[in-house]
Amino acid sequence: MPFGNTHNQMKMKYSSEQEYPDLSKHNNHMAKVLTQDMYKKLRERATPSGFTIDGVIQTGVDNPGHPFIMTVGCVAGDEETYEVFKDLLDPVIEDRHGGYKPTDKHKTDLNSDNLKGGDDLDPNYVLSSRVRTGRSIRGFSLPPHCSRGERRAVEKLSIEALASLSGDLKGKYYALKNMTEAEQQQLIDDHFLFDKPVSPLLLASGMARDWPDARGIWHNDNKTFLVWVNEEDHLRVISMQKGGNMKEVFTRFCTGLTKIESLFKERSHEFMWNEHLGYVLTCPSNLGTGLRAGVHVKLPNLSKNAKFEEVLKKLRLQKRGTGGVDTAAVGGVFDISNADRLGFSEVELVQMVVDGVKLLVDMEKRLEKGQSIDDLMPAQK
Amino acid sequence: MYSFTRLISKRNTAVLLAGLGAGTAGFLLSENSSLAAEAKKKLYPPSSDYPDLRKHNNCMASALTPAIYAKLRDKVTPNNWTLDQCIQTGVDNPGHPFIKTVGCVAGDEESYEVFAELFDPVIKDRHNGYDPRVMKHPTDLDASKITHGMFDENYVLSSRVRTGRSIRGLSLPPACSRAERREVERVAVTALAGLKGDLAGRYYSLGDMTDKEQQQLIDDHFLFDKPVSPLLTCAFMARDWPDARGIWHNNDKTFLIWVNEEDHTRVISMEKGGNMKRVFERFCNGLKQVEHLIQERGWEFMWNERLGYILTCPSNLGTGLRAGVHVRLPKLSKDPRFSKILDNLRLQKRGTGGVDTAATGDTFDISNLDRLGKSEVELVQLVVDGVNYLIECEKRLEKGQDIKIPSPIVQFRK
Repeated sequence: MPFGNTHNQMKMKYSSEQEYPDLSKHNNHMAKVLTQDMYKKLRERATPSGFTIDGVIQTGVDNPGHPFIMTVGCVAGDEETYEVFKDLLDPVIEDRHGGYKPTDKHKTDLNSDNLKGGDDLDPNYVLSSRVRTGRSIRGFSLPPHCSRGERRAVEKLSIEALASLSGDLKGKYYALKNMTEAEQQQLIDDHFLFDKPVSPLLLASGMARDWPDARGIWHNDNKTFLVWVNEEDHLRVISMQKGGNMKEVFTRFCTGLTKIESLFKERSHEFMWNEHLGYVLTCPSNLGTGLRAGVHVKLPNLSKNAKFEEVLKKLRLQKRGTGGVDTAAVGGVFDISNADRLGFSEVELVQMVVDGVKLLVDMEKRLEKGQSIDDLMPAQK
Repeated sequence: MYSFTRLISKRNTAVLLAGLGAGTAGFLLSENSSLAAEAKKKLYPPSSDYPDLRKHNNCMASALTPAIYAKLRDKVTPNNWTLDQCIQTGVDNPGHPFIKTVGCVAGDEESYEVFAELFDPVIKDRHNGYDPRVMKHPTDLDASKITHGMFDENYVLSSRVRTGRSIRGLSLPPACSRAERREVERVAVTALAGLKGDLAGRYYSLGDMTDKEQQQLIDDHFLFDKPVSPLLTCAFMARDWPDARGIWHNNDKTFLIWVNEEDHTRVISMEKGGNMKRVFERFCNGLKQVEHLIQERGWEFMWNERLGYILTCPSNLGTGLRAGVHVRLPKLSKDPRFSKILDNLRLQKRGTGGVDTAATGDTFDISNLDRLGKSEVELVQLVVDGVNYLIECEKRLEKGQDIKIPSPIVQFRK
């Protein structure tokens, strides 16, 4: 909760054993890492804006997880969370991001010229291409912790910055609480509208407070560049279009992001970023690039093949249903995207997706013809 | 208009350090938090935080003016609970045009005092004009005073009385820490273990029960589950579920206590059939014994003469009592005067699944509307008299005779 969570001081009357959560039935990164001793140490701390360990872990306590799916189980309430609670978050990050060490440095590369190819994914298979990331505005608390005043300030700044975009990036902002029925329907039809979170993972962290106050959607007139304001992060930035020209999608993504960043800087604001964690976002799973580059691709044969999972793993790709995270695939169409976020640059991750999807489509074509895919099996990336 | 450049200049050091990924020392609670919090309060005046309640229809939204918010935003209870935390559920749940919800909860006993400027008008709105500033609430748990408390069992299928009790000195479900919640459980379970005779029983912790125990509790209609209503989840009541939650019931299955659901304890006395008097006798007897058992160990219930028994939701203040029956009223329920009759008798109908359910067939859950300003005995008598009247009406309609709408019951003793 916002501003100097002095409520925490009341808990100090009780011993750390009495306050320590029961994690015996839990399966998430936080539960794996948070020992009694660690909890004892961290409960005495707070970030400058008053975020405390219980705020960090509440979502992981309330959501024990799934035997097969390892959720993160903790969130940041502000930029300093990652410092003040590093005893917990460093091992969580290491576990979640493939062994990323507290001393590692993250590379940021938003120069789309460095992407090789990517403009020719077969549109008979690749139905759409999309790149998304998030950005946080330095100096403001993050969605689990922010007050209404802060959230509105983030919205106001974002509207001002986005209003200055021009050319093919010129667009319009739709505040969630003010939109007309017609606007709402259009945004739904365009698959742009986001709704109040229903996932208990998000609700338990406090991100849906005060909905829909200061939440909104901005998109360009061409409907290829979209920004979500105050959903799970301060900003979620999405570039998308039908077909397989990932290069174009990524180029617009980079151009747009760079432009938005400079517009914020003109107004004396910057994005939360550091050379260890890259871009700082609410969920530790989105640190680094915060980038998910993906396609909707038809793989009816490959997806039934015994080697499908293994191939994806080797390519460092992840599959989802076309409804996004936690949905099932429909009609052999999958959402295929990079599994990594941290420790690889934006260009590197999009390159993996481009090269990987190309290979998947080649495999699909082979299987269509009843041919083997054994010689196409990739090495582990 | 605020220039947010001031934000950066004030927090430069922390921001720079964070920006370099350098080790900022662990900020200890007392120093940096309160300094930064003070700075933030200046940057964000109450007007910037005042919630947008224009589309809201709940008691909190009706009462919370910008002036009251400005006055109360920076106050804290002795447990450091804030106004924003009290009202979060009402901000997140705008309400329904036909149903006016309360829209705020207490985090502790002192919330009702520290934030009285909000809670008093909310209480007045919800409890038909009861003014906590000048009125006193009567408590009366002497069940012997009830008359005509045996209903015709051709109509009344079951009788039930419930209330809640909070343990003084421990925060309420929206605010409590895990340790406090576990302490509530410990205090309650220890006391309940001291009950004897027809009240002797057993505790089932939600987290530890076996599948078999769970099924039995479901079959008995005793089991409560993690709240799904956003009214409750937005009030932070479901945190850490199912830690320190449980159900106690006596061996006879007529006296039941819920621990750490929406209140510290919910106490329920129930039986099949129409013997409301006996249900209420057991209710009073059980409550008194539990109170005695916790007092032996130095605890007491939250109570004061202004608000009666203190519970999480302002709607349950006073007696916290809902006395009700499941009653068959096939003819009366179809009569157009049914609602008016209930209104005048200060009764409420619900479906037999409880609050927010619809009636199935002709069987209704009929209970008292009021909670505060009338004693337990008064409310139960009101239900007894009212249900007897409804049954009379039903019998008259069966015989083809006409019925009368009764005069409305007087609100508060003058």
